[in-house]
Amino acid sequence: MIIFGTLGRSFIGRIDPRVRVLAAVLFSIVVVLCRGYGVLATALAATVLLAVVARVGAGQALRRLTELNVFMLLVAVSLPLFIPGTPVFHIGALSWSSEGLWRAGLIAARANAIMIAMTALLATMEPAHLGFALSHLGCPDKLVHVLLFMVRYVEVVHVEYHRLRDAMRLRGFRPRFNRHTLRSLGYLTGMLLVRSLERGERIMQAMKCRGFRGRFYVLDPLKICGRDVGFAAASAALAAFLVWMEWQ
Amino acid sequence: MSEALIRLEGIEFSYPPDREVLAGVDFALSPGERVGLVGPNGCGKTTLLHIMVGLLKPTAGTLGAFGKPRREEADFHEVRRRAGLVFQDGDDQLFCPTVIEDVAFGPLNLDKSPREARAVATETLRLVGLEGFEERITYKLSGGEKRLVSLATILAMKPDVLLLDEPTGALDEASKQRVGEVLRGLPQAMIIVSHERGFLEPLTTRILGMSGGKLVANSQSPIAARSISR
Ligand SMILES: Nc1ncnc2c1ncn2[C@@H]1O[C@H](COP(=O)(O)OP(=O)(O)O)[C@@H](O)[C@H]1O
Ligand SMILES: [Mg+2]
Repeated sequence: MIIFGTLGRSFIGRIDPRVRVLAAVLFSIVVVLCRGYGVLATALAATVLLAVVARVGAGQALRRLTELNVFMLLVAVSLPLFIPGTPVFHIGALSWSSEGLWRAGLIAARANAIMIAMTALLATMEPAHLGFALSHLGCPDKLVHVLLFMVRYVEVVHVEYHRLRDAMRLRGFRPRFNRHTLRSLGYLTGMLLVRSLERGERIMQAMKCRGFRGRFYVLDPLKICGRDVGFAAASAALAAFLVWMEWQ
Repeated sequence: MSEALIRLEGIEFSYPPDREVLAGVDFALSPGERVGLVGPNGCGKTTLLHIMVGLLKPTAGTLGAFGKPRREEADFHEVRRRAGLVFQDGDDQLFCPTVIEDVAFGPLNLDKSPREARAVATETLRLVGLEGFEERITYKLSGGEKRLVSLATILAMKPDVLLLDEPTGALDEASKQRVGEVLRGLPQAMIIVSHERGFLEPLTTRILGMSGGKLVANSQSPIAARSISR
């Protein structure tokens, strides 16, 4: 279970992480504010192009988008029930409005555009670089540390969970709907929490032993170069174009 | 404080509320010495190492290291740099995604430039026989490799003393031998915690046992002897 990974050294992969984070934030804000279908269609097209340039793997993209769109399907089914308008069809007293369906479509388009943009811009980045970029952009150090450690230790906790889970299975544990099951799963969760907490403490101690003073340094110092400026300008131009379309 | 690198006098320690683990430990580590420390699980070996680098504060007794008494947290910053503690579990020690970043973490904290830190890290990896491991992902290494990388992360800080907490725990024979060979080639004074007398004997200049919260010379105490025979 890896959240981040370097996807080769694509053009996007070589852009300064700070520029990429800023571009992702700017793009997300613009997309959230836009309501025109044409604008959102353009934004979606732009992100797909971006993903191709960033060489995002089709499998990775599809997996993420499937998860997102299962949720979007729920929105599409439920939202039209609550938004009044011209009914498209109805079952008994429940009626789905066309206004609601359009609204759900808008939300889905926005969510997909942002998800693709994030995958192309941020998921292609080393976590250490993301942390470094965030802290240089004024994100509190504590939050950055939480992010970095989550990335590193999600896997360890995951493995620990499976070890405990397997140990339970080996002793004949089958989840059923009874008190014993609930209590055992409670113990499992509790044990996982306690172990994670203790591990956190040991990691902190090990870091102190290596002279950690609350700041991270990166091995490859980042420098803004012409390519980064170009990419920043292109992102700003795209954002401005989307806003202009929206105001037409 | 005479010649000793690390000196403990009458060190006592209890975990709250009242789990007494150390009951008057006297100990001195001289330059060039390699001390083996044996004892059954839970007798307080890890606790003792953690006290030496100030991660735990003794409830009584005095601790001196590198010619100075050490009491406050600030006293221990220098101790931790000069006495490198290798943790029992590699997953606690290695927290960076790649091996090179993890080995360079200590040098960077010691205000080395990124270029120097990378050079030291590469050099240290060579020293423990892990050239070419720079870009490997830390949590996907084997147990033996994790142990050697953990050792490298500490060696990269150029410590005067190594404190090794069960460096062979859960390793297969081949990995154990590799760790042993690397340790034999190092110049530092060491304290090595291990259950295996066979591993300690060729590596150390003396072996201590732990019993009843105290250190016992020669590990002739029945408890220590039992744990070795396993
Ligand atoms: N955080 C803690 N709180 C309470 N007791 C602890 C804690 N850590 C260790 N102990 C107890 O202290 C004793 C010594 O532990 P430790 O130094 O880890 O032993 P060793 O390394 O020799 O196996 C053990 O009996 C253990 O149960
Ligand atoms: Mg121990």
